Amino acid sequence: MLDKADGQIFTGNVRLVHAVGMHARPAVKLTKLAKKFQAQISVRVAGATDWINAKSVAKIMAMRAAHGSTIEIKASGSDAEAAVAALVNLITTDFPDEVS
Amino acid sequence: MQGGATGLAFRGRTASIGFAHGPFVRVNAGASGERVAGSLVEEALALRSAIDVASGQIADLAAIAGGEAAQILEFQVALLDDEDFIEAIFASIGEGSPADVAWRSALDEQIADYNSAEDEYLKARSSDLADLRDRVVTILRGGEGQVLKIPSGAVVCADDLPPSRFLEIDWSGGGGLALLRGSPTSHVAMLARARGIPMVVQIGTITEVAAEVGPMALLDGEGATLELDPSAEQLRLFEKRRETHRKSRASARAILQRPTASWRGERIKLFINIQRVEDLEHADAQYADGIGLMRTEFLLAERGGLPDEETQFQAYDAVLRWADRRPVTIRTFDAGGDKPVPGFTQDGEANPFLGVRGLRLCLARPEIFAIQLRALARAAVRGNLKVMFPMVTSADELEAGRKLFADVVQRLQADGIAAMLPELGIMVEVPAAALAVTSFRAAFFSIGSNDLAQYVLACDRSNGALAPLMDPLHPAVLELIARTAEHGRRAGISVSLCGDMAGDPRCLPALLNCGLRELSVNSSALAQIKQTIDRLSSGGGLG
Repeated sequence: MLDKADGQIFTGNVRLVHAVGMHARPAVKLTKLAKKFQAQISVRVAGATDWINAKSVAKIMAMRAAHGSTIEIKASGSDAEAAVAALVNLITTDFPDEVS
Repeated sequence: MQGGATGLAFRGRTASIGFAHGPFVRVNAGASGERVAGSLVEEALALRSAIDVASGQIADLAAIAGGEAAQILEFQVALLDDEDFIEAIFASIGEGSPADVAWRSALDEQIADYNSAEDEYLKARSSDLADLRDRVVTILRGGEGQVLKIPSGAVVCADDLPPSRFLEIDWSGGGGLALLRGSPTSHVAMLARARGIPMVVQIGTITEVAAEVGPMALLDGEGATLELDPSAEQLRLFEKRRETHRKSRASARAILQRPTASWRGERIKLFINIQRVEDLEHADAQYADGIGLMRTEFLLAERGGLPDEETQFQAYDAVLRWADRRPVTIRTFDAGGDKPVPGFTQDGEANPFLGVRGLRLCLARPEIFAIQLRALARAAVRGNLKVMFPMVTSADELEAGRKLFADVVQRLQADGIAAMLPELGIMVEVPAAALAVTSFRAAFFSIGSNDLAQYVLACDRSNGALAPLMDPLHPAVLELIARTAEHGRRAGISVSLCGDMAGDPRCLPALLNCGLRELSVNSSALAQIKQTIDRLSSGGGLG
């Protein structure tokens, strides 16, 4: 997708395989990883209306994403493409202990 | 509760076993005193600085505590780093709220949100948020850096205690924790057990006795009692209980901590049987070589009908995580026979022990079996899982089960869900299976000696009138055990025994002589069985 005004927006979809859904530990890992990027990154559970800041642990927890739900990710900014890829990978690999 | 000359005694629930005798220290959970609010800028600065101090304190605690405690605290640190969350609080200060009021109401809102969740896991997180709320409020009220002043070895009493407060107390000199509320499954209880700190919860209310003087207290984590200002007689009885506990723990520990059991130079592997996940909390469970039998029928006993895939997966995953790299053998539903399950087992069988039970029932109800197999296939990627089928008669049944399992794995993988087919084995409990053991393409065998003896001897094991005949050491039973062990030895397939015989010291010589080198027993029998093997190995009798 190309947005002429804001530069490129990258998106991704990934299924949440974590057994208990988006709980404290996965939420902490996700926000920590998101904060490593300059890009503005938003997520939402597929079908939800509002996008949520991927760098806010309180909001990620409040999203209450359940096991098996699909997470949509979008990012814009200099490292947006890498950010989406990294987050998709984190969720696909079920939040391993070593992320770096 | 009893008062007067005998001192005061209170009873609660055990959260962590152990004994503590020391000064009684009542910790007041509620912070006192109100702040005087400053200007908008001062309030904003006060909160910013309180957050920095709290963040530093928690990071220090996490660094010292490590492991699981550090992970519990990581969520609190992440929340303090959450700009969206913090900015909203500063906005509220900008509108005139004092720092502590703004902070407290933001946290209270989150806590209420978590508490309203259906999910037990989210509800449990709310105590972590309350912990964080109180820490920052205490700092704002000038209690910055104020560590609880607790004398060494004290019996600490609080309404409830958050994990970070527990970690601030120096437990190196012993001591114990008595909570008026609290829960044996809380994070604090987990931390107390990990550190061997005795802990009693849900004491209710206690009569405050000269709290500022600090009377002596006796805390018995085993009997779940707290005694204040004890009489000489109470103290004597307490010390006696403590000594008995110490001796039995010491002898069992000494045996369990020794290198693995061996007999005539061969290693004997000792596993544990569990009925439910909570059985892993037994203090001796950690010394097992793995889990030889996890029964899954407890899942069928839950209210609300047959368990869904997620409930099952979480139970299996919890056990695999506990076991780390050690093997975990999970037995698929063994319903039927003397274990009827509404909505699953068949009614009106004339002879249910010879009826549609175990794997027979699961193959007859593939829609129920498939849910368990899905949960197991997902769990298989998380640890060293083996799955065994109960009540198998012919090799075709094993292959039918394998086929269902393989289909389930394929479907999961096609959906992008991590899953794999674990090692598949069978229970050897039907005489036909023991006699034709070479016909099974199994990765392992586990002898279910209770049913095997019942079927070989044609004795209902619940019929007391047959007790003299119901002898598991009957040569016919031992013959079948020996045949199975011999086949395993030749074919290089693991054979274990998980029935009551394994936990009975009198049966051990016969089992070892049959060629068995793997036994699975209840955690409570582990020490005695290991001790018996040691004695037999050094030429001694059963003692």
